[in-house]
Amino acid sequence: MKSLEVQLRHLRDTGRKALVPYFVAGLTPDWVRHVEAAVHAGADAVEIGIPFSDPMMDGVVIQAAAMRALEAGTTLDSICADLAALGSPVPMIAMTYFNIFHHYGLERSAGKLRASNIIGAIVPDLALEEAADWKQACDASDVATVFLVAPSTTADRVARIAHASEGFVYASARMAVTGRASDAGESGRVVASIRAVSDLPTYVGIGITTPQQAREAGEQSDGVIVGSALVKLILDGGDASSVEAFVGGFRRALD
Amino acid sequence: MTDPPQFMSAPDERGRFGHFGGRFVPEALIPACLELETAFVDAWSDPSFLAEYHKVLREFAGRPTPVTPLERLSERLGIRLFAKREDLAHTGSHKINNVIGQTLLTKRMGKHRVIAETGAGQHGVATATAAARLGLECTVYMGEVDTVRQALNVFRMELLGATVVPVTSGSRTLKDAVNEAMREWVTCVADTHYCLGSVMGPHPFPWMVREMQSIIGHEASRQLEDLGVGTPDVVVACVGGGSNAAGVFAGFANTTSRLVGIEAAGGSAVGKGSPGVLHGMRSLLIQDEFGQIEEAYSISAGLDYPGIGPEHAYLAESGRAEYFAIGDQDVIPALQLLSELEGIIPALETAHAVAWIAREAGTTIPRGSTVLLNLSGRGDKDVAQVRAILNGES
Repeated sequence: MKSLEVQLRHLRDTGRKALVPYFVAGLTPDWVRHVEAAVHAGADAVEIGIPFSDPMMDGVVIQAAAMRALEAGTTLDSICADLAALGSPVPMIAMTYFNIFHHYGLERSAGKLRASNIIGAIVPDLALEEAADWKQACDASDVATVFLVAPSTTADRVARIAHASEGFVYASARMAVTGRASDAGESGRVVASIRAVSDLPTYVGIGITTPQQAREAGEQSDGVIVGSALVKLILDGGDASSVEAFVGGFRRALD
Repeated sequence: MTDPPQFMSAPDERGRFGHFGGRFVPEALIPACLELETAFVDAWSDPSFLAEYHKVLREFAGRPTPVTPLERLSERLGIRLFAKREDLAHTGSHKINNVIGQTLLTKRMGKHRVIAETGAGQHGVATATAAARLGLECTVYMGEVDTVRQALNVFRMELLGATVVPVTSGSRTLKDAVNEAMREWVTCVADTHYCLGSVMGPHPFPWMVREMQSIIGHEASRQLEDLGVGTPDVVVACVGGGSNAAGVFAGFANTTSRLVGIEAAGGSAVGKGSPGVLHGMRSLLIQDEFGQIEEAYSISAGLDYPGIGPEHAYLAESGRAEYFAIGDQDVIPALQLLSELEGIIPALETAHAVAWIAREAGTTIPRGSTVLLNLSGRGDKDVAQVRAILNGES
């Protein structure tokens, strides 16, 4: 079992709901301080978003943040260099689009992530059927491959995706790109479909924008992922202390 | 003894042409891609569906389009040049072939709405047209830059009852319109079909769109036989994503014809690209050293795309087809050449192919060769832009 899964299963065994904030790496020069602030406020793991020019799964907030980070010269190498100063207080999980790793080289990418204490990876445009080479590369470096289940995923696919996923299963709460939360979502049904076939921790993401939503999603699942709402705070000029306050609000809602 | 390779047959079960193609989309869209694949395979082998498709192409779209001998230009260039006249198809380009197939398929799948991306506007206009004919709702995503360059096409789509959404993300051109259409598709996939306009995207789109465009090549092959020309020495088409080229190549892929695709120099995925993954496919892409997709630049909005369809990447790699680039500076003279000698104003996209033929005639196209040009679209949409360029205004 890969390190990420050991840690996240242990976390669930303690009875604590996982809080996983998402950051766009390189969005500000001091972005690593934001990660530290989130950990201080009670994050259990963090997603490190590696910016890509064409984020097909992301809404306007993360699109804008990714563009700003790229204009500042952010690369996989620069992100890993920035993270060297951080140590690894909680598990870190990369989230990006497949072309970044495809271009860098799959084994080289997985090795680079692991050397920077990033022990999991979410690649939303890498469907299960295309993921064999990437999974093999990650196996060699103890990087967990996390897969998503969507509200549209059929039951037979849920079983195969949950079987292939490592660390946790990412349950998409709604049929939308990141940041949209115009409806109540379908997280309850999606989580139930995963739990019917898997005992992996299951976290809910996509459109979790308020502590209240996080509380409700946490009651259904093992944890929540908070992305666009936090990235928007930082895009709008929020500093490390406002990140800490924001994440703290979600922490209190989950506990 | 093994059979010679058959080009432009079906991809493998994963949607691969060699190691290009595939299905790189978010999980939320996978069920829709699977549904579409099943529906397409079923429809494309159903004689009643094919009969309807061909009936609409004949009665509504004006097929078959003629093959025209370009006599004065042939004389000028010392070759025997023929044009497959997709400019004469309804809405002014080959794009109508694909959208008639896909909108009929939309109905067959029980969906009532289509979304589409467009660059120059030709695919958007064609989609809006086919949607109006079948009573489907239609929303078209178009880069904000292109809505300005092709303002009349925006108005055309609106006249046809479509909603045009300007896309303000990224480079605000075709690649961003594709991103936005994909993002929108996630939210409405249950009742909406994404009517993709080129031989790109996730499986089965590259294959399905090529099949729906292959009528170009199959008609042209018969027409050249009827003209006594037989198999042409060279078949030439412009390439953005590559749908008109795929359509005409399909009629000649397993003949001795030399197949040539012409990219815009600023969007030359074969010439300047490397393997990568974008918009659901593994193909050749123009990207920087970190795998960030670069913006394409071209005088023609329809060729302003940093990738190419995966089957073209395969045809290039295997050597079956060749791809060359033409720079902006050679495009207007080619448009003038065809206009003045043949009375046909081609689209700026098509003019790239004309420019290459004019340049190569007598060298890599030996004197006396028979050449088929796929005249993919008419230039009406570009007239204002061409006037501005010739007046030194842009």
